[in-house]
Amino acid sequence: MTAIVNVFLKEGVLDPQGKAIHHALDAMNFESVEDVRMGKQIVLKLTSRNREDAQKEVEKMAEEILANTVIEDYTIELV
Amino acid sequence: MKHIAILQFPGTNCDLDTKYAFEKLNCTTTIIWHKETELPENTDLIVVPGGFSYGDYLRSGAIAKFSPIMKAVIAYAENGGKVLGICNGFQILTELGLLPGALKRNIGLHFISKFQTLKVVNNSNDFLQKCQKDEVLNIPIAHADGNYYIDEEAFNKLEANEQILLRYSDEYGNPIVVNGSVTSIAGVCNKTKNIFGLMPHPERALENILGSEDGIKMLEGLIA
Repeated sequence: MTAIVNVFLKEGVLDPQGKAIHHALDAMNFESVEDVRMGKQIVLKLTSRNREDAQKEVEKMAEEILANTVIEDYTIELV
Repeated sequence: MKHIAILQFPGTNCDLDTKYAFEKLNCTTTIIWHKETELPENTDLIVVPGGFSYGDYLRSGAIAKFSPIMKAVIAYAENGGKVLGICNGFQILTELGLLPGALKRNIGLHFISKFQTLKVVNNSNDFLQKCQKDEVLNIPIAHADGNYYIDEEAFNKLEANEQILLRYSDEYGNPIVVNGSVTSIAGVCNKTKNIFGLMPHPERALENILGSEDGIKMLEGLIA
Protein backbone atom coordinates (compact mmCIF):
# COMPACT_ATOMS: atom_id res chain seq x y z
CA MET A 1 0.00 0.00 0.00
CA THR A 2 1.17 3.53 -0.67
CA ALA A 3 0.38 6.54 1.47
CA ILE A 4 0.57 10.01 -0.02
CA VAL A 5 0.98 12.71 2.61
CA ASN A 6 0.49 16.31 1.54
CA VAL A 7 1.77 18.98 3.91
CA PHE A 8 0.76 22.64 3.58
CA LEU A 9 1.03 25.72 5.75
CA LYS A 10 -2.23 26.29 7.63
CA GLU A 11 -4.81 28.70 6.28
CA GLY A 12 -4.01 32.10 7.75
CA VAL A 13 -0.27 31.37 8.06
CA LEU A 14 1.48 33.47 5.43
CA ASP A 15 3.17 31.29 2.81
CA PRO A 16 6.16 33.26 1.44
CA GLN A 17 7.02 30.64 -1.19
CA GLY A 18 3.46 30.45 -2.49
CA LYS A 19 3.43 34.23 -2.67
CA ALA A 20 6.67 34.33 -4.67
CA ILE A 21 5.31 31.78 -7.14
CA HIS A 22 2.13 33.86 -7.45
CA HIS A 23 4.21 36.98 -8.24
CA ALA A 24 6.12 35.05 -10.91
CA LEU A 25 2.89 33.79 -12.49
CA ASP A 26 1.54 37.34 -12.49
CA ALA A 27 4.71 38.55 -14.19
CA MET A 28 4.21 35.85 -16.84
CA ASN A 29 0.69 37.17 -17.45
CA PHE A 30 -1.16 34.15 -16.07
CA GLU A 31 -3.99 36.34 -14.90
CA SER A 32 -6.37 33.61 -13.78
CA VAL A 33 -4.44 32.76 -10.59
CA GLU A 34 -6.20 33.87 -7.43
CA ASP A 35 -3.94 32.29 -4.80
CA VAL A 36 -0.95 29.94 -4.62
CA ARG A 37 -0.07 27.65 -1.74
CA MET A 38 3.21 25.80 -1.81
CA GLY A 39 3.48 22.49 0.03
CA LYS A 40 5.29 19.20 -0.07
CA GLN A 41 4.31 15.66 -0.87
CA ILE A 42 5.77 12.66 0.94
CA VAL A 43 5.13 9.23 -0.59
CA LEU A 44 5.42 6.25 1.73
CA LYS A 45 5.47 2.63 0.59
CA LEU A 46 3.94 0.59 3.39
CA THR A 47 3.94 -3.09 4.26
CA SER A 48 0.53 -2.81 5.93
CA ARG A 49 -2.35 -4.61 4.25
CA ASN A 50 -5.08 -3.16 6.39
CA ARG A 51 -6.21 0.35 5.43
CA GLU A 52 -7.34 1.22 8.92
CA ASP A 53 -3.99 0.31 10.47
CA ALA A 54 -2.13 2.16 7.73
CA GLN A 55 -4.23 5.28 8.24
CA LYS A 56 -3.55 5.27 11.99
CA GLU A 57 0.15 4.63 11.54
CA VAL A 58 0.59 7.40 8.96
CA GLU A 59 -1.42 9.84 11.06
CA LYS A 60 1.01 9.21 13.90
CA MET A 61 3.96 9.81 11.55
CA ALA A 62 2.40 13.05 10.32
CA GLU A 63 1.74 14.32 13.84
CA GLU A 64 5.18 13.38 15.13
CA ILE A 65 7.50 14.33 12.30
CA LEU A 66 6.13 14.75 8.77
CA ALA A 67 4.26 17.96 9.63
CA ASN A 68 4.86 20.65 12.24
CA THR A 69 1.28 21.10 13.40
CA VAL A 70 2.07 24.51 14.91
CA ILE A 71 2.16 25.89 11.35
CA GLU A 72 1.19 23.06 9.02
CA ASP A 73 -1.85 20.93 8.10
CA TYR A 74 -1.64 17.58 6.34
CA THR A 75 -3.80 15.24 4.32
CA ILE A 76 -3.33 11.48 3.93
CA GLU A 77 -4.35 9.52 0.88
CA LEU A 78 -4.01 5.72 0.77
CA VAL A 79 -3.70 4.12 -2.66
CA MET B 1 34.37 26.77 36.44
CA LYS B 2 31.19 26.19 34.44
CA HIS B 3 30.94 23.28 32.03
CA ILE B 4 29.14 23.68 28.73
CA ALA B 5 27.82 20.74 26.68
CA ILE B 6 27.67 21.64 22.98
CA LEU B 7 25.63 19.31 20.76
CA GLN B 8 26.84 18.30 17.32
CA PHE B 9 24.60 16.86 14.60
CA PRO B 10 25.57 15.99 11.04
CA GLY B 11 25.48 19.43 9.43
CA THR B 12 26.12 21.49 12.57
CA ASN B 13 28.69 24.18 11.75
CA CYS B 14 28.77 26.57 14.72
CA ASP B 15 29.95 24.03 17.31
CA LEU B 16 33.58 25.19 17.23
CA ASP B 17 32.63 28.90 17.33
CA THR B 18 30.46 28.15 20.35
CA LYS B 19 33.27 26.21 22.01
CA TYR B 20 35.67 29.11 21.34
CA ALA B 21 33.15 31.58 22.79
CA PHE B 22 32.62 29.76 26.07
CA GLU B 23 36.31 28.97 26.49
CA LYS B 24 37.00 32.68 26.03
CA LEU B 25 34.58 33.19 28.93
CA ASN B 26 36.64 30.75 31.05
CA CYS B 27 34.30 27.78 30.79
CA THR B 28 35.20 24.20 29.97
CA THR B 29 33.33 22.55 27.10
CA THR B 30 32.51 19.15 25.66
CA ILE B 31 31.25 18.69 22.12
CA ILE B 32 28.67 15.91 22.16
CA TRP B 33 27.95 13.88 19.04
CA HIS B 34 24.22 13.40 18.59
CA LYS B 35 24.48 9.59 18.82
CA GLU B 36 25.58 9.85 22.45
CA THR B 37 22.90 9.18 25.03
CA GLU B 38 24.34 10.90 28.10
CA LEU B 39 25.51 14.38 29.00
CA PRO B 40 28.58 15.03 31.16
CA GLU B 41 27.50 14.94 34.82
CA ASN B 42 28.91 18.39 35.53
CA THR B 43 26.96 20.10 32.70
CA ASP B 44 25.87 23.63 33.68
CA LEU B 45 24.45 24.59 30.29
CA ILE B 46 23.57 22.78 27.06
CA VAL B 47 24.02 24.71 23.83
CA VAL B 48 22.32 23.55 20.64
CA PRO B 49 24.47 25.44 18.13
CA GLY B 50 23.77 26.75 14.66
CA GLY B 51 24.20 25.05 11.32
CA PHE B 52 22.14 22.84 9.06
CA SER B 53 21.42 19.66 10.98
CA TYR B 54 20.51 16.90 8.49
CA GLY B 55 20.80 19.43 5.68
CA ASP B 56 17.56 21.10 6.83
CA TYR B 57 15.76 18.16 5.16
CA LEU B 58 12.00 17.96 5.73
CA ARG B 59 12.05 21.14 7.87
CA SER B 60 14.89 22.91 9.67
CA GLY B 61 15.45 21.04 12.92
CA ALA B 62 12.77 18.41 12.27
CA ILE B 63 15.02 15.38 12.07
CA ALA B 64 17.53 16.38 14.75
CA LYS B 65 14.80 16.28 17.36
CA PHE B 66 14.82 12.46 17.18
CA SER B 67 18.59 12.09 17.68
CA PRO B 68 19.55 9.76 20.56
CA ILE B 69 21.03 12.59 22.70
CA MET B 70 17.74 14.52 22.69
CA LYS B 71 16.15 12.32 25.36
CA ALA B 72 18.89 13.38 27.76
CA VAL B 73 18.48 17.02 26.67
CA ILE B 74 14.72 16.93 27.32
CA ALA B 75 15.23 15.32 30.74
CA TYR B 76 17.89 17.93 31.60
CA ALA B 77 15.61 20.79 30.55
CA GLU B 78 12.56 19.40 32.34
CA ASN B 79 14.66 19.18 35.46
CA GLY B 80 15.27 22.94 35.27
CA GLY B 81 18.66 22.77 33.52
CA LYS B 82 19.61 25.65 31.24
CA VAL B 83 19.48 25.14 27.48
CA LEU B 84 20.38 27.67 24.78
CA GLY B 85 19.48 27.16 21.12
CA ILE B 86 21.16 29.40 18.59
CA CYS B 87 19.77 29.65 15.04
CA ASN B 88 19.35 25.99 13.93
CA GLY B 89 19.39 25.19 17.67
CA PHE B 90 16.38 27.51 18.13
CA GLN B 91 14.62 25.71 15.27
CA ILE B 92 15.35 22.33 16.89
CA LEU B 93 14.01 23.48 20.29
CA THR B 94 10.75 24.73 18.74
CA GLU B 95 10.41 21.47 16.77
CA LEU B 96 10.84 19.60 20.05
CA GLY B 97 8.15 21.72 21.68
CA LEU B 98 10.59 22.91 24.37
CA LEU B 99 10.00 26.44 23.06
CA PRO B 100 6.69 27.83 21.77
CA GLY B 101 6.07 28.79 18.12
CA ALA B 102 7.77 27.72 14.90
CA LEU B 103 10.26 29.15 12.38
CA LYS B 104 9.16 29.49 8.76
CA ARG B 105 10.96 30.51 5.57
CA ASN B 106 12.00 34.21 5.62
CA ILE B 107 9.39 36.50 4.12
CA GLY B 108 11.70 37.53 1.25
CA LEU B 109 12.84 33.88 0.77
CA HIS B 110 16.50 34.93 0.89
CA PHE B 111 19.18 33.62 3.18
CA ILE B 112 20.05 36.73 5.22
CA SER B 113 23.62 37.04 6.52
CA LYS B 114 24.60 40.38 8.08
CA PHE B 115 25.03 42.32 11.31
CA GLN B 116 21.64 43.17 12.74
CA THR B 117 20.61 45.49 15.57
CA LEU B 118 18.33 43.95 18.19
CA LYS B 119 16.37 45.42 21.04
CA VAL B 120 16.41 43.72 24.44
CA VAL B 121 12.71 43.27 25.24
CA ASN B 122 12.97 41.53 28.61
CA ASN B 123 15.97 41.00 30.86
CA SER B 124 14.11 39.26 33.69
CA ASN B 125 15.87 36.00 32.82
CA ASP B 126 19.34 34.44 33.19
CA PHE B 127 20.25 34.88 29.54
CA LEU B 128 19.81 38.65 29.25
CA GLN B 129 20.35 39.60 32.89
CA LYS B 130 23.59 41.43 32.00
CA CYS B 131 21.81 43.52 29.34
CA GLN B 132 19.63 46.55 29.96
CA LYS B 133 15.97 46.53 29.05
CA ASP B 134 15.50 48.38 25.69
CA GLU B 135 19.27 48.23 25.08
CA VAL B 136 20.19 47.88 21.40
CA LEU B 137 22.73 45.15 20.59
CA ASN B 138 24.59 44.49 17.36
CA ILE B 139 24.73 40.76 16.58
CA PRO B 140 25.15 38.82 13.31
CA ILE B 141 22.24 36.88 11.81
CA ALA B 142 22.60 34.14 9.19
CA HIS B 143 19.44 32.20 8.33
CA ALA B 144 16.82 31.35 5.72
CA ASP B 145 14.18 30.04 8.14
CA GLY B 146 13.95 32.67 10.86
CA ASN B 147 10.41 33.88 10.32
CA TYR B 148 8.97 33.29 13.79
CA TYR B 149 5.31 32.30 13.89
CA ILE B 150 3.05 31.93 16.89
CA ASP B 151 -0.73 32.14 17.05
CA GLU B 152 -2.38 35.09 18.77
CA GLU B 153 -3.42 33.31 21.94
CA ALA B 154 0.05 31.88 22.54
CA PHE B 155 1.62 35.22 21.63
CA ASN B 156 -0.42 37.00 24.30
CA LYS B 157 0.81 34.53 26.91
CA LEU B 158 4.37 34.96 25.70
CA GLU B 159 4.15 38.71 26.06
CA ALA B 160 2.39 38.68 29.45
CA ASN B 161 4.93 36.27 30.89
CA GLU B 162 7.94 38.29 29.62
CA GLN B 163 9.11 35.42 27.41
CA ILE B 164 10.01 37.62 24.43
CA LEU B 165 13.76 38.14 24.65
CA LEU B 166 14.72 40.16 21.59
CA ARG B 167 13.22 41.96 18.60
CA TYR B 168 14.87 42.94 15.32
CA SER B 169 15.12 46.72 15.48
CA ASP B 170 16.74 49.76 13.96
CA GLU B 171 19.65 51.39 15.80
CA TYR B 172 17.18 53.30 18.00
CA GLY B 173 15.31 50.18 19.11
CA ASN B 174 12.24 50.56 16.87
CA PRO B 175 11.07 47.15 15.64
CA ILE B 176 11.73 46.50 11.94
CA VAL B 177 10.78 43.74 9.51
CA VAL B 178 13.83 41.58 8.79
CA ASN B 179 12.42 38.14 8.04
CA GLY B 180 8.66 38.45 8.65
CA SER B 181 8.64 37.31 12.31
CA VAL B 182 5.50 38.02 14.34
CA THR B 183 6.13 41.46 15.93
CA SER B 184 9.79 41.18 14.80
CA ILE B 185 10.60 38.54 17.43
CA ALA B 186 14.24 37.33 17.27
CA GLY B 187 14.35 35.22 20.43
CA VAL B 188 12.10 33.72 23.12
CA CYS B 189 12.31 31.61 26.25
CA ASN B 190 10.03 29.02 27.84
CA LYS B 191 7.63 29.81 30.66
CA THR B 192 10.02 28.76 33.43
CA LYS B 193 12.85 30.74 31.78
CA ASN B 194 15.48 28.03 31.64
CA ILE B 195 15.25 27.31 27.89
CA PHE B 196 16.30 30.07 25.48
CA GLY B 197 16.25 30.31 21.70
CA LEU B 198 17.31 33.01 19.28
CA MET B 199 18.11 33.30 15.58
CA PRO B 200 21.06 35.77 15.95
CA HIS B 201 24.56 34.44 16.71
CA PRO B 202 26.01 35.89 19.95
CA GLU B 203 28.99 33.50 19.61
CA ARG B 204 30.01 35.46 16.50
CA ALA B 205 30.08 38.81 18.33
CA LEU B 206 32.94 38.51 20.81
CA GLU B 207 35.56 40.96 19.59
CA ASN B 208 35.27 44.55 18.44
CA ILE B 209 37.88 43.99 15.76
CA LEU B 210 35.36 41.61 14.12
CA GLY B 211 32.49 44.07 14.36
CA SER B 212 30.94 43.70 17.81
CA GLU B 213 31.48 42.28 21.27
CA ASP B 214 27.84 42.50 22.32
CA GLY B 215 27.59 38.71 22.32
CA ILE B 216 29.75 38.53 25.45
CA LYS B 217 27.19 40.02 27.81
CA MET B 218 24.50 37.71 26.45
CA LEU B 219 26.52 34.54 26.95
CA GLU B 220 27.92 35.77 30.29
CA GLY B 221 24.41 35.90 31.73
CA LEU B 222 24.06 32.14 31.27
CA ILE B 223 27.21 31.32 33.21
CA ALA B 224 26.93 33.95 35.95
